[in-house]
Amino acid sequence: MTKANSPISHRANLLDKVWDTHAVRELPSGQTQLFIGLHLIHEVTSPQAFAMLREMKLPVRFPKRTLATVDHIIPTLSQQRPLADDLAEQMMGAIEKNCAEHGIRLLDPASGQQGIVHVIGPELGLTQPGMTIACGDSHTSTHGAFGAIAFGIGTSQLRDVLATQCLALSKPRVRRIDVTGKLKPGVYAKDVILALIRQLGVEGGVGYAYEYGGPVIDAMSIEERLTVCNMSIEAGARCGYANPDETTFAYLRGREFAPQGATFDRAVRWWKSLASPPDATYDDRVELDGNAIAPAVSWGINPGQNIGVDERLPYPADAPAQERASLEEAYRYMSLKPGEPIEGTPIHVAFIGSCTNGRISDLREAARVARTGRVAPGIKALVVPGSQTVARHAEAEGLHEVFRAAGFEWRLAGCSMCLAMNPDKLVDREICASSSNRNFKGRQGSPTGRTLLMSPAMVAAAAIAGHVVDLRRTL
Amino acid sequence: MTGIDRVEGRACVLRGDDIDTDRIIPARFLRAVTFDGLGEHAFEDDRIQAKGEHPLDGEHFTGANILIVGANFGCGSSREHAPQALMRWGFRAFIGESFAEIFAGNCTALGLPHVTLDADDLAALMDSVMLDPEQQLVVDLEARTVTSRVGTVAAGIPDGARYQLLEGSWNATQVLLGAGDAIEATAARISYLDDFPG
Repeated sequence: MTKANSPISHRANLLDKVWDTHAVRELPSGQTQLFIGLHLIHEVTSPQAFAMLREMKLPVRFPKRTLATVDHIIPTLSQQRPLADDLAEQMMGAIEKNCAEHGIRLLDPASGQQGIVHVIGPELGLTQPGMTIACGDSHTSTHGAFGAIAFGIGTSQLRDVLATQCLALSKPRVRRIDVTGKLKPGVYAKDVILALIRQLGVEGGVGYAYEYGGPVIDAMSIEERLTVCNMSIEAGARCGYANPDETTFAYLRGREFAPQGATFDRAVRWWKSLASPPDATYDDRVELDGNAIAPAVSWGINPGQNIGVDERLPYPADAPAQERASLEEAYRYMSLKPGEPIEGTPIHVAFIGSCTNGRISDLREAARVARTGRVAPGIKALVVPGSQTVARHAEAEGLHEVFRAAGFEWRLAGCSMCLAMNPDKLVDREICASSSNRNFKGRQGSPTGRTLLMSPAMVAAAAIAGHVVDLRRTL
Repeated sequence: MTGIDRVEGRACVLRGDDIDTDRIIPARFLRAVTFDGLGEHAFEDDRIQAKGEHPLDGEHFTGANILIVGANFGCGSSREHAPQALMRWGFRAFIGESFAEIFAGNCTALGLPHVTLDADDLAALMDSVMLDPEQQLVVDLEARTVTSRVGTVAAGIPDGARYQLLEGSWNATQVLLGAGDAIEATAARISYLDDFPG
């Protein structure tokens, strides 16, 4: 069934194999013209690309290989049309028109399958091992959890994909990351990736794809691997992936867009052949001790500035000289002090959701904590399912009632408070315990708002305590 | 398209590492279906908080067309709005210690050279421009150098990006279309496209 083009060295890793399979030709620039198997689009980064296409008088070359949804600007309280925000309504109108005109499938709220693009791709079975996946969104790395090569692109590159289904790219190097040992109770995939970014830095992955493996990754569910791969970009790596295995195949079986019946078995044989062999060649290797990972909390203005919840905030003087200015800038912005414990830091808002942690398993873990208490007085706490499908599952399990009973708001699917392009925003200097992926200055909608990244269960625990708390004591 | 072999002009110094694209162009300005008008909002929140002290508002940097930055500039979101905003502000080239990958790719796609210097060379260049912001810099892609009053130092840029800028082929769509039927031929040999449903 596989019509592989060239003999594959037994030492080739997954990225090598997928790259070779999708290479159309080498370009005069030395880059590869790479075929993109799945193109996902949303309302924020696509309208200008369609305009460029019109200007160049070009059609969409493979309209069936692009799938659209709306997530960034969609309100989570009421999605009734027209949307209250004129600009958001204009963007909705643009993606509807562009998709209709070019024959692209759009999963809008009326479809019942709308959601954050990186949540719906996997849950519908669109995301599969061995694919090349591009999307005008940096968190496209999420899809690597299946053993796909998936990465974010800009709007001009989006135009390239629409017009040619290809991109001009230089092949990245591959860094193998083995997470050894076993995670302790209360430690989640979010803590693994935050610990890794802390170790390798927010720039460490530039030029690399990260291949995640080792006992901790092997033991993870697909949803946990999605969380890890999601934040590869926060480590500087445009792409991160885990090798496909039985967990991957079991997850995909029966999903709407996954191969069915005998085709599925053929697909599994191909998917297995793509996994990096134990003696695969890598450009670099790194180990992370899974036994030593604690629930993580970010305290600064980039995701690398995080510590275990039981640690004290670092002294800039202890850091390498070139990092001190950044640390001092972070302390000024956050109004936190070196040497103090992060535990006990008061919060004003709690946000559970996003493409990092808005899936059903995330909501189950948060609900487990929510059952133990009530949101502390004065705290605004939001639970935002990553997709309409996640919302249905959660409601079928009664999780929405658990959250509501505990004082959380149960919202409609969307990106919500991760990125401040919809009505869900911080106000002034508020501090938010957030299960999202970025603690950049102003990220959550207030130019002076502050974000503490953590796992969904830790966010729920902080909401109940009213401050950052070590979840392990409440388990 | 005509290629770019060099960018000459005055520079603005923006110190600091890991400056993300949310800071370059806050997300609220992405609620639009075009890139029009983004220039005036470049670094808006940083500039408001700096109360007139932000380098982009520095009188001595008025008219600068080259932006000098630190390490990992443009990290975070893939928003092309970030280089679009800086381009519309007036910048035509970037010099830094390093650039985030998607940001760098977006710069290339817009025909904006982005070159890297060794940390020491970069520090010396920043100091020199701060002392003498009137000086003319030359970013030379052909020679892979940056020339200032400090002298001429080696500058790095990925080969692919350099080729596209020199050749004027940064609109990759035209180049990719050149593959013709080879695109369909590649699609035909990728198993999930012709065998698996979807």
